[in-house]
Amino acid sequence: MAQKINVVLGTTSQNPVGDPTTRTEATSVLLRELVAHLRQNRTQLREEWVSRITEAELLTAMTKEEIFAEATSVYDSYVEVLQTGTFEALQTYARNLSERIIPRGVETHEVVGIVLLLRDVLARSLFAKYQNDFEKLNRILDAYEPAANRIANTVAVGFVQERERVIRQQQEAIRELSTPVLQVRERLLILPIIGVIDPQRARQLTEQLLRGIRTTRAKVVVIDITGVAAMDATVANHLVQTVEASRLLGATVIVTGLSPEIAQTLVNIGVDLGKMNTVGDLQGGIEQAERVVGYKVVPLNETS
Amino acid sequence: MEVPILKQGSFLIATVQAALTDADLLHFRTAIIHQVVRSRSRGVILDVTDLDVMDSFASRTIREIAQMIRLRGAETVIVGIQPEVAFAMVQLGLTMEGVATALDLEEGLAYLNLKIKTVAS
Repeated sequence: MAQKINVVLGTTSQNPVGDPTTRTEATSVLLRELVAHLRQNRTQLREEWVSRITEAELLTAMTKEEIFAEATSVYDSYVEVLQTGTFEALQTYARNLSERIIPRGVETHEVVGIVLLLRDVLARSLFAKYQNDFEKLNRILDAYEPAANRIANTVAVGFVQERERVIRQQQEAIRELSTPVLQVRERLLILPIIGVIDPQRARQLTEQLLRGIRTTRAKVVVIDITGVAAMDATVANHLVQTVEASRLLGATVIVTGLSPEIAQTLVNIGVDLGKMNTVGDLQGGIEQAERVVGYKVVPLNETS
Repeated sequence: MEVPILKQGSFLIATVQAALTDADLLHFRTAIIHQVVRSRSRGVILDVTDLDVMDSFASRTIREIAQMIRLRGAETVIVGIQPEVAFAMVQLGLTMEGVATALDLEEGLAYLNLKIKTVAS
């Protein structure tokens, strides 16, 4: 008998659930028994789980009914994975679930928390059921634990991946929005920069500006950095590169809107901005640029 | 391969082709600094529109050409640097300091005309 337990232990640890074909006969039998037990006590275990979720103050962004509905479908997919041993359906479900609950403000620790709670609730029910047969309990747990852990893992990974996908999408959207090259007069462009400049964005910014200079045949570009919160040596060097590249295309660059803080940092870290043409504010920058391009703006009442 | 040098009024226009060896460039350097005085030119336009790569040798040679032409009494302007080339150049630190640049041939001519007018007045 003892030998048989060892065999079961050995195989389950090598094949944590695995796909149905590689499951050993013994594990399959145990899992079938487990699934039957979970199906039988579905209502009671599910309620137990939901009350544990409420107690732990998880999923506070959702109403009680919503929690119960989600709990039911999570419970059913959980049992189904234990039965079939395939995770594709669960992965899809975890992705869909994440898509639904991420906009509601559900955090990673809550999702991981509820899956772990379900694992605990089910384990407790197994303890209660097999309390008189310790050896059988051991074998059931051998079959159950790897599967349960892998389910928890799958759900957590699915949630995090979905979150990362959302973040990537938003970053992309911000990037697209945030580098407009605008023509204010014939051959005069402005490039307002808002937010953080990282190397990737600096590169994109420069490329867009250079393309803009070529298509509009610009002579002067005003880069306004009023909306840039902080600047370090790397960012300053990117800016210098942008200015130099524009010059190679024959355009003069005027930088406006350097805040007092940025001016102090730049001087303190010793960045050489000697090659850069700077003007206090955007208005001043545009006025100077107009002079370079050859415009003179005069109020209407002075012309008559 | 030889770089064609065309005379247009009081300017010389040289169009640099893509497949130019280092030796060709040096040969071109000698040719243009001879010709600038022989043709009594006031300015030189170097058109690099065709170049899709500007390595350190090419950019140094072009800078040297501009300095030599100044010593021979004329102005130089580089025209037609492509956006991608400009971006690559600044990343390599090749900024062509002290050399005038313009978007294209038309801009280059406008620059030289202006420059000569200010010198004359």
